[in-house]
Amino acid sequence: MATHVSEAPILQETPLHALLLARGGKMVAFAGYDMPVQYPSGVLKEHLHTRASAGLFDVSHMGQIALRPKSGNVRDAALALERLVPQDIVAVAPGRQRYAQFTNAAGGILDDLMVVNLGDHLFLVVNGACKAADEAHLREHLSDACTIEVLADRALVALQGPKAASVLAKICPEAPAMRFMDASARIMRVAGDAVDCLVSRSGYTGEDGYEISIPGAHAENVVSALLDDPDVMPVGLGARDSLRLEAGLCLYGHDIDATTTPIEAALEWSVQKSRRSGGARAGGFPGADVILSQFEQGAARRRVGMKPEGRAPVREGALLFADAGSVDPIGTVTSGGFGPSLNAPISMGYLPVSHAATGGLVFADVRGQRLPLRVCTMPFVPHNYKR
Amino acid sequence: MTVLYTTDHEWLRIEGETATIGITGYAQSQLGDVVFVELPKIGSQLKKAEAAAVVESVKAASDVYAPIAGEVLEVNDALGAEPGLINSDAEGKAWIFKLRIANRSELEGLMDGTAYKTHTA
Repeated sequence: MATHVSEAPILQETPLHALLLARGGKMVAFAGYDMPVQYPSGVLKEHLHTRASAGLFDVSHMGQIALRPKSGNVRDAALALERLVPQDIVAVAPGRQRYAQFTNAAGGILDDLMVVNLGDHLFLVVNGACKAADEAHLREHLSDACTIEVLADRALVALQGPKAASVLAKICPEAPAMRFMDASARIMRVAGDAVDCLVSRSGYTGEDGYEISIPGAHAENVVSALLDDPDVMPVGLGARDSLRLEAGLCLYGHDIDATTTPIEAALEWSVQKSRRSGGARAGGFPGADVILSQFEQGAARRRVGMKPEGRAPVREGALLFADAGSVDPIGTVTSGGFGPSLNAPISMGYLPVSHAATGGLVFADVRGQRLPLRVCTMPFVPHNYKR
Repeated sequence: MTVLYTTDHEWLRIEGETATIGITGYAQSQLGDVVFVELPKIGSQLKKAEAAAVVESVKAASDVYAPIAGEVLEVNDALGAEPGLINSDAEGKAWIFKLRIANRSELEGLMDGTAYKTHTA
């Protein structure tokens, strides 16, 4: 007799797991970790509180990687990393951070990441679900020039919202003077402890805020201090997703993946002139031929924002059509749901450039009905960065 | 008046030939903040276990199944303007639709309040 034994996935826990469970976190499996999807206040309140005050997110499932130049010169690590990304990394000044993508030979996106110049080395933050593949990719291609160290013992949290600066100032007085995309080592002073952290003024919500990398053993101490602030609410993955969607930001594996190029994904802004045709270090990254030719000639499809005209959310996977009766789909929704700050449904997806102009009308199939959506500019909710 | 429950977390209030149907307090607590409710069409004939309505939270869409067969007599239009009623009063003001009961024998497989409490414990 054959017996079926279902194997429960073994989930990893972040250094904040026990603390966030004690705060009422409702845990789900995400990127191989047991992570809070929401807290007792619920997704709607967590979302709105982040936009009005400050939200604290555990994102320790993400990969943190130190890329150290063997020569001792950080420029050599930057030049090496430029072999794998279409961004200008050499121009990232010490204490600054830049958004980048690992590309493949077809110009598709293997992962998106943040790159920080910490003066003597580069610090990378990559997606949790991609981090093992990213590490292997770095080791395969950059080992001649760099040592690659995965910082597995560190926690990563995001403090986001208009009150993030005043909250963080209480344990890190230099924090408010940082500008958007500044990043450097800072000391957090909490309960008799002085904790060496890496702090960047950035995030994934469209709000002002910080991302803080903390040595795992001190993470509870720092995060407890932040959560004890009456302006701060813990926020789960549910509101993290609705916040980033309102901000028009891509979720890897959904809005961007190995089949979408940075041009198709409307991420041209993230590719600096120095890496484009005619630039000082043009090309030289995987898929450069495809990406540079799309810069010249345009891509066939484009990631756009869409607002459903009715109240029904149009979610990921919904097929898009040129009109209410047409048979062949022209595109797909890659993220969609309800925007709590807009009190309306919002969607993101790919359309042929012929249909991607702002103001155009397309139709989505939702449970057998054709629902109209209006193509719109993103972000859906204006960014509130401190530039 | 009898109130019955399904394993899928719907409740039915039986009054004569009519069943008023909604989702339970337990179901709404699992769904989280409800932002949209798609109602069935008045006059449509629902088969038992057929998807009858959709309740959407910020995170996801969930089907509400017809616990029994019948014709849709009435729908709760108040949920269009205020879907959050599902969270605040799931087993009262947030009823979703009313059915004319087609076959009373289908009620026999449903749970009473005590059995449902045990089911969700």
